[in-house]
Amino acid sequence: MAATTSDAGTRRDFLYVASGAMGAVGVAAVAWPLIDQMNPSAAALALGTSEIDIASIQPGQQIVFKHRGLPLFVRRRTPAEIASAKAVDVNSLPDPLARNANLPENAPATDASRVVKPEWLVLIGVCTHLGCTPTVSTPQQPEGEYGGWLCHCHGSAYDTAGRIRKGPAPRNLDVPTYSFMSDTRIKVG
Amino acid sequence: MSGPSTYDPKSGLEKWIDSRLPLPRLMHDTMSTFPTPRNLNFWYTFGGILTFCLGVQIVTGIVLAMHYVSTSALAFNSVEAIMRDVNYGWLIRYVHANGASMFFLAVYIHMFRGLYYGSYKAPRELIWIIGVLIYLLMMATAFFGYVLPWGQMSFWGATVITNMFSAIPVVGSAIATWLWGDFAVGDATLNRFFSLHYLLPFIIAGVVGLHVWALHVPGNNNPLGIDVKTPQDTVPFHPYYTVKDAFYLVLFVILFASFVFFEPDFFGNPDNYQPANPLVTPPEIVPEWYLLPFYAMLRSIPDKLLGVIVMAGAIVTLVFIPWLDTSRVRSCRFRPLMKQFFWAFAVVCVILGYCGAQSVEATAFGVPLVWVARIATLYYFAFFWLIMPIVGLIETPKKLPASIAQSVLGDSAATPAE
Repeated sequence: MAATTSDAGTRRDFLYVASGAMGAVGVAAVAWPLIDQMNPSAAALALGTSEIDIASIQPGQQIVFKHRGLPLFVRRRTPAEIASAKAVDVNSLPDPLARNANLPENAPATDASRVVKPEWLVLIGVCTHLGCTPTVSTPQQPEGEYGGWLCHCHGSAYDTAGRIRKGPAPRNLDVPTYSFMSDTRIKVG
Repeated sequence: MSGPSTYDPKSGLEKWIDSRLPLPRLMHDTMSTFPTPRNLNFWYTFGGILTFCLGVQIVTGIVLAMHYVSTSALAFNSVEAIMRDVNYGWLIRYVHANGASMFFLAVYIHMFRGLYYGSYKAPRELIWIIGVLIYLLMMATAFFGYVLPWGQMSFWGATVITNMFSAIPVVGSAIATWLWGDFAVGDATLNRFFSLHYLLPFIIAGVVGLHVWALHVPGNNNPLGIDVKTPQDTVPFHPYYTVKDAFYLVLFVILFASFVFFEPDFFGNPDNYQPANPLVTPPEIVPEWYLLPFYAMLRSIPDKLLGVIVMAGAIVTLVFIPWLDTSRVRSCRFRPLMKQFFWAFAVVCVILGYCGAQSVEATAFGVPLVWVARIATLYYFAFFWLIMPIVGLIETPKKLPASIAQSVLGDSAATPAE
């Protein structure tokens, strides 16, 4: 009895803190499944690679494919478009990084590091501002001042290497992981 | 002002219930004898109108959910089936769709009324803050609802809004992916938005309960902005304000019905009659009219993170109004200077709305609208963070009337009867 009178506070405090801590762990353990269920399911994550036939694309033309639910731009650039992309000083770009999944993260945004073969530009067609699909520029109908793409949602303009040049978008259009299986087929993802 | 209860249970049954669950007493005290300032004008009827709007949205929404399918392959067609095949489905859906616009029309009038008459000032700060919370919940609910028909505007509106979270440094894109349940807006997104769209109205109803509870502690503010001092200043809520609210509710329903029956697509966007296409963004993405001012702010800022911060800040600012206004006088009726800034603010909100509806590169009288929106955004923030605190200190208010009764009835009637 003597122990309970002198140590009661300490002993009870310990029990309070211990059961409180146990309760918090329990709540967190129950909450996590309820939160994580909203993340992409195994089925969504398991979406494999896409093989794309690019034989029909003419110089100056772009075709949009669907890859992992997102638009994938494949653009066959004309020599003039390649030249204009090469002429840009990398240090003057709003985003000086290549954003190319095939290269290291710190690769500079030169035209050469935006492509695998200079003629073919392969990009995820999602504006890095708020996710709209930018409209491609053609000689007949220019979109934006840089010959590449213009996002009509909020006015971001991209050049012929898909690099951000003007507007609210913070990053260059992403280049996905891809490789050439032959001259007319690419494997994306 | 809530005072002691005046409920007097007559029958044995009423007494039996009252001693066990005093719900009839609560109803009696809050909706019948509740002493209400006798000078409330037309602008004070929107609380009741908003309750009606919430009820309409819940009832029509429950019915629509019986016919709607929240799968990306079927959602668009199920909405078309509601419009064409379900008995009176066209009516129920048009009431629900236009009901959202009517709800926001009423809530904006309600908010501007509170702003003009200083209804957010002590001791009503919490009523105002709970109101801002309701407004936020309303915007979330309306956004989720707009996604459900799965048209082009639904899909791309959802894409743009959810992508705003990706502006948050470090964890942003993980949050966006978590919201989508995929790497883009898709089936998983549509399903969860439907679930939340069904849930939130009931949360709103609960928070409205808190809003009304908080209101019934100090009682209504009034156009004079002065406190109720004697019973002479008040009339019982029933029949005076039940009848007044009902009358203006009827006028409101006439406006509501004229949209539903004569211009049901007035607030809609024709692009939303095209099924969602994840590969093609419509030339112009425009949110519903009630979000346009905030959309204009977002677009006027040339930086992604800053744009999202400014837009969110515009709403968060509202929470601080009770402490930003330094004036001791509530009502703008007695604030000659603040009154002018208030109306300028109302005009600025309309200008922002107009800018938000136009294309990014549009101009008016040779001026790029993006600059108009920037200046308007600047005024929006200056109004709350500079004008409100400063004007409250430097302005000389007009003389306040001695009492509500004196102001309404004249000096002779204002002296207490006893």
